[in-house]
Amino acid sequence: MPPILEINKLSLALPPGADRPFAIENVSLSIERGETLCVVGESGSGKSMTALAAIGLLPSNVRPVSGSIRLDGRELVGLSDRDMREMRGRNIGMIFQEPMTSLNPVLRIGDQIAEVFEAHDVHDAPGRRRRTLELLGEVGLPDPQAMAARYPHQLSGGQRQRVVIAMALALEPKLIVADEPTTALDVTTQAQILKLLDALRRRHGTAILFITHDFGVVAEVADRVAVLQNGRLVEAGRSIDVLSAPAHDYTRKLLAALPSLEPPAPRKIAPGIPAIAVAGLRKTYRSQPLLSAGEAVAAAEAVSFEIRRGETLGLVGESGSGKSTVGRCLVRLTEPDGGSIRIGGTSVDGLSQSRFRPIRRRIQMVFQDPFASLDPRRTIGRTIADGPIAQGTPKREALSNAGDLLELVGLRREVADRYPHEFSGGQRQRIGIARALASKPEILVADEPVSALDVSVQATILGLLQELQEKLGLAILFVTHDLRVAAQVSDRIAVMHRGRIVELKATGDLFRSAEHAYTRALLSAVPGGRA
Amino acid sequence: MTVVLLTKATRVATLLSGRKRAKWPSSSFLRRLLRNRSATFGGAVLIAAALAAVFAGAIFDADPLDMVGRPYTWPFTDRLHPLGTDMLGRDILVGLVYAARVSLAIGFAAAALSTILGVSLGVLAGYFGGWTDGLISRLTEVFQTMPPLILAVVVVTVLSPSVGSIACGIGIASWPQIARIVRAETLRLRDSEFVQAAVSVGEGHLRIVAGHILPNALPQIVVTGSILVASAILTEAALAFLGLGDPNEISWGSMIGAGREAMRTAWYMTALPGLAITAVVLSLNLLADGLNDVLNPRAGNV
Repeated sequence: MPPILEINKLSLALPPGADRPFAIENVSLSIERGETLCVVGESGSGKSMTALAAIGLLPSNVRPVSGSIRLDGRELVGLSDRDMREMRGRNIGMIFQEPMTSLNPVLRIGDQIAEVFEAHDVHDAPGRRRRTLELLGEVGLPDPQAMAARYPHQLSGGQRQRVVIAMALALEPKLIVADEPTTALDVTTQAQILKLLDALRRRHGTAILFITHDFGVVAEVADRVAVLQNGRLVEAGRSIDVLSAPAHDYTRKLLAALPSLEPPAPRKIAPGIPAIAVAGLRKTYRSQPLLSAGEAVAAAEAVSFEIRRGETLGLVGESGSGKSTVGRCLVRLTEPDGGSIRIGGTSVDGLSQSRFRPIRRRIQMVFQDPFASLDPRRTIGRTIADGPIAQGTPKREALSNAGDLLELVGLRREVADRYPHEFSGGQRQRIGIARALASKPEILVADEPVSALDVSVQATILGLLQELQEKLGLAILFVTHDLRVAAQVSDRIAVMHRGRIVELKATGDLFRSAEHAYTRALLSAVPGGRA
Repeated sequence: MTVVLLTKATRVATLLSGRKRAKWPSSSFLRRLLRNRSATFGGAVLIAAALAAVFAGAIFDADPLDMVGRPYTWPFTDRLHPLGTDMLGRDILVGLVYAARVSLAIGFAAAALSTILGVSLGVLAGYFGGWTDGLISRLTEVFQTMPPLILAVVVVTVLSPSVGSIACGIGIASWPQIARIVRAETLRLRDSEFVQAAVSVGEGHLRIVAGHILPNALPQIVVTGSILVASAILTEAALAFLGLGDPNEISWGSMIGAGREAMRTAWYMTALPGLAITAVVLSLNLLADGLNDVLNPRAGNV
């Protein structure tokens, strides 16, 4: 039987002025009926362009210049808009990364799914209704009747993604293109969605073109894998073969960069008074609607821990667990409601923002998004020097120290005069770290510092943090959702669930003998964990 | 219609964003601005008008209020008075050039005033939030419910008409627009990670506002400011037309007001100053448009 999707020597031209002439060059792929092909690559590898080409949704300035895309024997390149529209939905379904933005916020779930049938003129009105409810049941949503009447914002992220999957499945297409469908989801939700996709594929014999950056996910779902680097296909083959015996250097490098769940041997931490001690920290968010009684969400409840100099405590949890709130309370970007925080033995409880300001020098933060955390209108040298200048260091001295810090984090000091947009994500995160170190802090709060970065860059930033920790004796609170990352960097791990620390143990012990049910659920949900 | 004042804002901008700033925008900014046709055209007309205003005394060594020729001379009929004379025999060309002084001065001064008021109040409201925001936002709403022209009329009447009081009246009537825009920008920027980062390294409020928030809100302020200039010029014309202009100065609005009585027999007396206003207001809007394209990173230019 011919493959469902056959991409043959496809090249997509980028507009002039882009960093390379082709988004993808000479890429050939094929997917058999009922098969899952994972296209893997880092940002800029052209993996999303491949997906968009397959469903004919390329941006207007990216054109196919050669090659062909055949769906079930029919050529898609050069198809008119009208014919392509007919193909989408009926023959190809699409699942996007962000389920919130791919659903229309003002349409009820049921109407949104029924619209797919309307657009393709299938079924009569009662038939559409019946099919919609069937689909909602099939993607595992409880109480389809009630679900159909809801709006997207009333659903959780995982439920929304299930709705998107139901829409993609509505007309029983032969191929589903899924572009990072679980990247925006929590790890336990991700595990459920991956399982659902796999079950649906088996039941309907649908082929899946699965775009991802995560080799853990690949291990979980792929029959075959194609690895893209800078728009070129560097390796393709059966998933078991590629994962166990990668042939290309780049694939090897990517696989090696994926942090292992096996924690490294424990380090010796010198005893002494803790650099930071938190006891009974409490923070409740209250919404204050005009008329009804406000809703209270406990983001942190009785949170207690200590970190010594030279030690890293991993604070792990899913979105909404309160882990970021704890980090922000420590640096007082959020005001805690109660509990005590001692920095190097000094209590900072009840200090006003202005009284706390001199103490900020001792506890610094590295932010998640290296693109949002640097002022676009300030040179990076100035950004790094800002803190010390505000704390009273003479400007000339602060700027020259900024140069030293740039060298410390592996950049050249001459780049101090440049603006953030001239740097890559990894370089920007180095700058963010340099800024945090500028005031010679004892404690570093790192809030998801690598989750916006490609895996290969992740590894170098994690290495840098550890190296700096040893050199400067930093105590690090490492906030992350990623258990693999936490396993590699943490001496101890605290697992947060609904505002509470449910388990706090040495990293090795946690992975060996997790006690709390939630910790065990998290551990078993890590994609590729069994591999 | 949106809004206002350009050169002043740029100057404020340069001051706020600091000495070194010149480095970033200057070369690439100017080049991009010059490549933008509407901005270039608007800028050119504006510079011409500004030059005429500044050098009015050197171009025509005369008092525009002097009666110099035969009344009701139509344009292009008398070489001594190329654009004709009005009903009192005052030279219209000389009047137009001198009037540019008052119209532009009031336009820019009023826009500067409303920008200063609007930016300060907007930043305060957006940055501190809470009751500060509540208070300023209510005040803004109170001002917005009053028609700006009527408000300006009241202020000018109370203070008695002069160039200063007119600029003051217009400025006081038009700040809410820019205050709302700046407040929204500040709210957005205050929660951005780079401002949080500035807080966490220990920067104080003043440093954060002057060093991070204002420079990043600047494109919006400049664009809004240049449109405010245009609307201030229009408001001044309306006031002068109503007879609330400075009686000792000639402005485009007062020329239109004076020509009104002879509109049916000598329409050129109202049409010529009207054209001048249209040209300047149009070029300010074009410039604002162009600046918006060039400065606004969300439009995909950075």
